[in-house]
Amino acid sequence: MTHTRHQVVVTGIGLVTSLGVGHEAHRDQLMSGTAPSRVVDSTSFAPYTIHPLPEIDWSAQIPRRGDQRQMENWQRLGVYAAGLALDDAGLKGDLEACASMDMIVSAGGGERDINVDTLIVEESRKRNDREQLLNEKLTTELRPTLFLAQLSNLLAGNISIVHKVTGSSRTLMGEEGAGISAVETGFARIAAGQSTHCLVGGAFVSERVDMLMVMEAIQGLGKDADAPFWSADGSANGMNLGTAGAFLVLESLEHAQARGAHVYARLDAVLGDRGSREADRLEQRLTRLADDTGASGGGVDTVVFTGATGYPELSARERTFLQSRFPNAPRRTLGALFGHSLEAHFPTGVALACLALDDDAPVSPFAAGEDAVTSAAANTAIVTAIGHVRGEGIARLTRMP
Amino acid sequence: MSKAAYTDHLGRPLVAVTGMGVVSSLGQGVADNWSALTSGKSGIHPITRFPSDGLSTRICGMVDFIDIPAPNAVERSFAFARETTVEALAQAGITGEFGGPLFLAAPPIEPEWNARFDLGDRVKPEQMTGNAYEQFLAVLRDKADPAFHEAVLFGSISERLADLFGTRGLPVTLSTACASGATAIQLGVEAIRQGRTERALSVATDGSVSAEALIRFSLLSALSTNNDPPEKASRPFTKDRDGFVIAEGSATLVLESLEAAVTRGAKVLGIISGCGEKADDFHRTRSSPSGAPAIATINAALDDAGLSIDQIGYVNAHGTSTPENDKMEYLALSTVFGDRMADIPVSSNKSMIGHTLTAAGAIEAVFSLLTISNGTLPPTINYDNPDPAIPLDVVPNVKRDATVTHVLSNSFGFGGQNACLVMSADPA
Repeated sequence: MTHTRHQVVVTGIGLVTSLGVGHEAHRDQLMSGTAPSRVVDSTSFAPYTIHPLPEIDWSAQIPRRGDQRQMENWQRLGVYAAGLALDDAGLKGDLEACASMDMIVSAGGGERDINVDTLIVEESRKRNDREQLLNEKLTTELRPTLFLAQLSNLLAGNISIVHKVTGSSRTLMGEEGAGISAVETGFARIAAGQSTHCLVGGAFVSERVDMLMVMEAIQGLGKDADAPFWSADGSANGMNLGTAGAFLVLESLEHAQARGAHVYARLDAVLGDRGSREADRLEQRLTRLADDTGASGGGVDTVVFTGATGYPELSARERTFLQSRFPNAPRRTLGALFGHSLEAHFPTGVALACLALDDDAPVSPFAAGEDAVTSAAANTAIVTAIGHVRGEGIARLTRMP
Repeated sequence: MSKAAYTDHLGRPLVAVTGMGVVSSLGQGVADNWSALTSGKSGIHPITRFPSDGLSTRICGMVDFIDIPAPNAVERSFAFARETTVEALAQAGITGEFGGPLFLAAPPIEPEWNARFDLGDRVKPEQMTGNAYEQFLAVLRDKADPAFHEAVLFGSISERLADLFGTRGLPVTLSTACASGATAIQLGVEAIRQGRTERALSVATDGSVSAEALIRFSLLSALSTNNDPPEKASRPFTKDRDGFVIAEGSATLVLESLEAAVTRGAKVLGIISGCGEKADDFHRTRSSPSGAPAIATINAALDDAGLSIDQIGYVNAHGTSTPENDKMEYLALSTVFGDRMADIPVSSNKSMIGHTLTAAGAIEAVFSLLTISNGTLPPTINYDNPDPAIPLDVVPNVKRDATVTHVLSNSFGFGGQNACLVMSADPA
């Protein structure tokens, strides 16, 4: 365990999901007492259901058209959410604070040019010299700027350009694990005094046929638009991809207090691990992660935000583990309401936990009929992510007095 | 040794390097690479992995001498990293489970075109509706393809390394473009300084060159088109430099707290004494005309190491051979070092190995540590037509003997990524 010398708190939240733009839109729907209606699109990518990008005015956070044009939606969403987080923390436009602010982004890759790829695949059916074809078509058809819109580290690069966050810039990759590592790394640096304030988060756009292809390669996607997230037998009904942009401003408590910042919650611990999932190895690892993050027991004022992917057996195992580890704590199933957002999934869970810990009302169930109704506002939040093929993480957060 | 000898100027644990491994177009292994590098040999050659006739750039520093089970970026990047890590752990004398975290700089992963063509061939006539990906989805609904899935995940390289070498915790896979290798080392140093671990494995690998990767850089006018002869294409700091040469490779560094290394009797190869970073907000591919972010990065690394400009004896340049980088790098160095610049040799390994992209910062860190331990400065080859606007001592064309205690290594990348490392001789 890290020898913690500094408390780490969350002072800014930037959240965009299918439910809406900004944390107020989420608070309004999540603290109302009833499970919000999920917003899904089951026709555009049928037979798949996705949780789409909400209506969004990019100019609100990316004022220059030229900047918007240099990005595809994945990068735009991340830059937008990062701007919301900075605004919320009261640091947007504070050039000095942003110039010394660290940044850790969890990123995948950007959108393919579907038309160009289709053109090449169609043409390849008529020709034997496919490599030559590739050279010809890529040279003439690729937009030069698309490369930068696809490049993983250019989400962070665009945040530097648009929001002037330049203390440092690190992009972590590796699906769900990237989101866990981003929060874990930011936390560890602030706790150790290596950083005072850090922008952490990621973005994922579900409306991408190229990403659907990746996930369907192991037939992991749900195909029944009407199926609930959880089955009656405790397993899940397949993954639905969800759009999410989730950024957090992490600060040392001293740094936040010195500038009079509003503190959403304290991040007490966050850890990730990976390894074999044979037999009960996954459960053993989760137990150790829960022990090492101090995530145990918990009553009705503990809320568990589970990042279960929707993979039937894997999600069932997670659910069983959480049930035995936190028998009295209500669970909130992210995937049921927001879909699964890979690199952005864990940051989204942490952001939602912060909203719950900052509110006097209890957080509504995300999966109606499955997530327990509670009358108590949350004082402790546990956030989990279990990657669809690898990587597990747990964070523990506490309400600030 | 007293306790104080194990900590730096800020009381933090000193971080030693106890094992190194490297693969580049010059060959496999530290010894072969160092021998070729100090002989002024170039690893740049014509592209053979895919047909390049008709392309404006037909040369590369790709690594095609390591066997891979399938031709894709994951297999290739993993194989390189495996080889350099085996070498580094052997040198460090570490057997069995590594027991510390893994920080891996790896290239962004996308499906290879051969995989798309293969999926395309599996599309049945009745499935040939909609765009290519809708057709692929129909194929995959019929029959899953786990091998394809694993070949397109960003996390699959570190997964295999973690299993093979028994690293601890969730490995961090990172990309800071052409600064990635330096960032992987920086993350390892930070983890040891945090007291989270006594040892860390920093690996940077790049086996991602494909026709599309090459063409993307070509479309940005980043690559040299001096195809003939290939070995003369990369010519950093010359007047007629015209772009970088795309290349591959890998490096692994075993990092340990100096105290832990000495306690177990490991040979200390050098110290990572300082790390600095600063992002640039100017442009996606161009750096601030003032050089301010690069200057701030170098200064941050010197501050972190607790060293003054007078103590740096050699600079391992980013030196890509692009018109933009070399000019900016000179501006930054001359601003930081002022009058001392004339006395500090600066050479570019990329004149010989090309630009190994994700791996560059770590490969060049290995070469920087070898520079210290061997007392030999590797040259900048192809320095036939010096750029008068860049009056640096680039160690032109021939290696030079020199006693160096502290080396600065620069890495600057697309997306405003800047990272610098300071490496020092073993204080013992």
